[in-house]
Order: sequence, then structure tokens, then C-alpha cells
Amino acid sequence: MRVSPKVTQALAVTILGAATLLTLVILVFVIVFVLSKGLPGVSLDFLFSSPQDMGKSGGIFPTLVGTFLLPLLAITIALPLGLGTAVYLTEYTQETRFTRTLRFGTDCLAGIPSIIFGLFGFIFFVVKLKMGWCLLSGALTLAIMVLPTILRTSEEAIRSVPNAYREVSFSLGATRWETVLKVVLPNALPGIVTGVILGIGRSIGETAAVIFTAGSSLRMPMTVFDSVRTMSVHFYILAREGISNENAYATAAVLILTVLLVNLVAYTLMHRFIARRSK
Amino acid sequence: MKFNSETAVKGVLTVVAFSALASLLLIAVFIFKEGFPFMLKVGISDFLFSSTWNPQAGQYGIYPMIVASLYVTLGAMLIGAPLGVAGAIFLNEFVPPPVMRVIKPTIELLAGIPSVVFGFLGVMVLAPFIREHFGGPGLSLLAAAVILGIMVLPTVISISSDAIGAVPNSYREGALALGATRWQSVHMVTVKAARSGIIASIILAMGRALGETMAVIMVAGNTVKVPHAVTDPVRTLTANIALEMANATGMAREALFATGVVLFVVIMILNSIARATLKRRGANK
Repeated sequence: MRVSPKVTQALAVTILGAATLLTLVILVFVIVFVLSKGLPGVSLDFLFSSPQDMGKSGGIFPTLVGTFLLPLLAITIALPLGLGTAVYLTEYTQETRFTRTLRFGTDCLAGIPSIIFGLFGFIFFVVKLKMGWCLLSGALTLAIMVLPTILRTSEEAIRSVPNAYREVSFSLGATRWETVLKVVLPNALPGIVTGVILGIGRSIGETAAVIFTAGSSLRMPMTVFDSVRTMSVHFYILAREGISNENAYATAAVLILTVLLVNLVAYTLMHRFIARRSK
Repeated sequence: MKFNSETAVKGVLTVVAFSALASLLLIAVFIFKEGFPFMLKVGISDFLFSSTWNPQAGQYGIYPMIVASLYVTLGAMLIGAPLGVAGAIFLNEFVPPPVMRVIKPTIELLAGIPSVVFGFLGVMVLAPFIREHFGGPGLSLLAAAVILGIMVLPTVISISSDAIGAVPNSYREGALALGATRWQSVHMVTVKAARSGIIASIILAMGRALGETMAVIMVAGNTVKVPHAVTDPVRTLTANIALEMANATGMAREALFATGVVLFVVIMILNSIARATLKRRGANK
């Protein structure tokens, strides 16, 4: 018997719709569940006081500081490299075998799992360069990890600057570098910022690469050679070692809100940027 | 003078442009340098195919972990791939564009949820559920596969839906003009045209599942044994590295780097396949 195409269509749409709904429900459940369990435990006191008994009680202030400093330092290192590469690829060269190799390298780097970054960061920065578990080891490792994100978004942003802008600048006698600095980069700025924020978001949520390079000290870092613990690492330790489920949920709630907020800012910027470009 | 500073800028940028490639090589060199000699010392086939992992006794077989990683990844794909691809098709073809413009960014936002949070949810919600309804300890192959399946959903949906969105509208219109129903045009024309992008999204998701560490440590149970049932606890390659890293020295640490070598090679192969698949799509156009 042949089933009528109309029936097949109704059936297919129902199944696809159900699958989509299930996906959304699961993902929203994750957020709602963590927030509903964790938010009651979040207070100004929780945010701004130091942990007691390895985090069994007290707050998360040093981990907030770590979560702020580590991505900041990582981006400070990665941005000049990523942006410089993007400028080179778009403004200073044509597609050659060399640029294809660079792109291939970037793609490969983007696909490497974070635990490999952790292994590398540990053996290279912590052991070989004798830096120990510290803010700087962690930041250098994270910088390599987010480099592909920053490179790609910057490159896309720079490419979307109309060529006419460059031509006008050249016709006024500007050199290539002057054109890059005064015309191309300012116009590509929102796109570049988006990449930076996405990189920050990824750094905040990262655990495997951080725990083996930045360590997990709960003390307040004074220099870049002090060990720090980020919220993700703190949450992982609380949950994994069963130190305190209550504080784990509260930390998770702060962590999720931070990451969602950071990503929301990135997407809003990106959409504004695209909207402005397509006018 | 102007000319000179231009040359200098170009020189600096050329050097900077090497940073990503140089980082990749540095990572590969260091992981291999620490891990590969060890593999040769123990014997590559002993390392890969022996089932006893007991670093204290000098036995370094990672076979159970290779099997575990494989099962967990495939299990995650069984859950994540159909759901994700179905979601991508539905959102692109059967949902009004304004709704799609809200849902797609929402899903991409969710891609930012830290993996440890998924792991924790697995421990608190999923593992007790599995223990009650399927038996076993709860922390298991099944729990890891489900959590990873959920975690890769944003990757699959986002990349698949880009591929489906890139299919020219004239294809759909052609099919509809020939009297096809919406669904016929979707599964006979649109999905076929977007096939390589969809496949690439699944391969990239496999790479993510295989490489995920913290979430897996939390839910998989971490017993080094070849699993016989989906409710058995397992230890994956990534979990093995992260669990023993803290207190491993000497040979034991080299063994972890050797585990890293295996992981690195497999992921590079997966990513190259995904890249080649995506490129073929580019060439077809």
C-alpha cells in the first residue's frame, strides 16, 4: 500500500517538531534546574566573602577574581596574535600555499580537545619553563586555545569592510598600514570585539585546560606567578569531591549566568554589526 | 622612511601569522616527545591492545579506555545526531523565520554552558534515574553517552542549519513546482544538497564528544574495564589523563602523554575528514 505524501509529510513534520521541542526542553531544563537550585544560595555575601573549609561554607570571592583575571590575561596575549594574523591574511597577502597552511593549522588548533591543551600547558609552561601552576601558565594555555576563535572572527570582520573604504584611503595617499589602522580596523571593531567576548566566554567555562596549568589555590593571587582557581574549577572540585552540593549549585548558578551574559553581549553585538553592514 | 616602516609592519605581521601554526606544532611536538618514546618502550600493540592498566605494577594497557571512548562517543552520536539534525531541518524548513531568528541564537547561547555543569546535572539527575530504572551503579557508559549527546546538540544544530540555510531557494522552488510536498522537497532535495555540511557537523560533534573530559569524569564512573552492558561504569581516554595527571610521575606520567598521543591522532583524523567533507561541498557549488 502506498501512503499518501500528505500523510508522510504530516508524520515527518510531527516527528521533526517533537525532536526540536525535546532538544529545546532539555537545554532549557539544564539552565532552569541549575538556576532554581543555585540562585537561593547566591547573595552578596556569597559573592564577596572568602571560602571556608575548602569551600564547604563561605563564599567564592577569590574564584570570582580568578575568573576575571585569567580570561583577561589570556585575551591580552591572544588578541595581538589573532588580530595580527587576521590583518596579515586579509590585507597583506593573497591566497597562497602558505596562507592555506596557516588556515589549516588554525582549523586543527580549533579542534584540539581542552585536555590536550592542559597536558601541553602542564609539560611546557608549568614544568619545562618552570613557571609552576600559576595565572600566567593558565593564561598562556588559554590564549593558544582561544586564538583560533579570535583569528576567525577578526578575519571575517575585516573581510566585511567594503573595499571602497580602502580605495578611498589609498587615493588620499595613505599607506597600507595607515589604512589598516585608521580605516579597516575601526570599521571591523564590533566584529573583533565579538570574537574577543566569545573567547572570554570559552575561557570562563573551561576546566580541563585550567586545572593543570593555573592550579587550584583558593588564595587571592598577588602576581601572575600565583596559582588561581576559577569558578569552573572551584565548581568542579566542590561537585566532584562532594564537598558541598549547596555551594556547588550556587557556584554553578553564578557561572551559568556569567557565561550566558557574556555570550549574550557577544551575540547582540554581532547582530548589530551584521545589521549595520547589510544596510 | 615611510617605505621602511611599511616593510617592518609587514615583517612583524608575517611573523605573528605563524603563531597559530607554531602553537599547533609546539603542542604536537611536546605531546609526542613525552608520549611516543614510552609507546615504543612498552610496545605499541601492548599499549593499545592489552587490557590491564596498573601503573604501579608497570602495566600500561589502554584497550578498555579505547573501547570506552569509542562506545561513549558512538552512544552520544546516536542521541545527538538524529535530534540535532532533526532540529536543524525543522527550524530551517518548517518554522517561520522570525521564530527561527529567536531559537537559533538561543541554542547557540546554550553551547556556552560549561561542560562541568552538564556533568554535575548528570550526577544529580541522570545517574540516579539510570540506577533506578536500568540498574547498575548509575554512573555509567549510558549516563556519559546521554550527557555528551546533549552537549553536542548545539554544535550539530548550528553547523547543520548553516548548511541547510545555504541551499539556494531555487532548489526548493524547483521541487515544489514539480508537485512535491514540502516534506518531499525537504528530504529529496534540500537535505541531499546540504548533506556534506550535515555530515561534517556530525563528525565535528564526534570530535567534541571524544575530547570532552570533565563532564565525562563526573558521570562515567571511571572503572578501567571493558564494559559488557550500557549500565557498566567506564573510563575514557580523556578521563584517564585527567584523573591520574595530578599524582603521576615518571613512567606513569609518560603513559598519560602516550594516551594523549592516541587522542591527538584520532581527533586530527576526525577533523581532517570533517574539513575535507566541508571542502567538497564548496567544490560542488
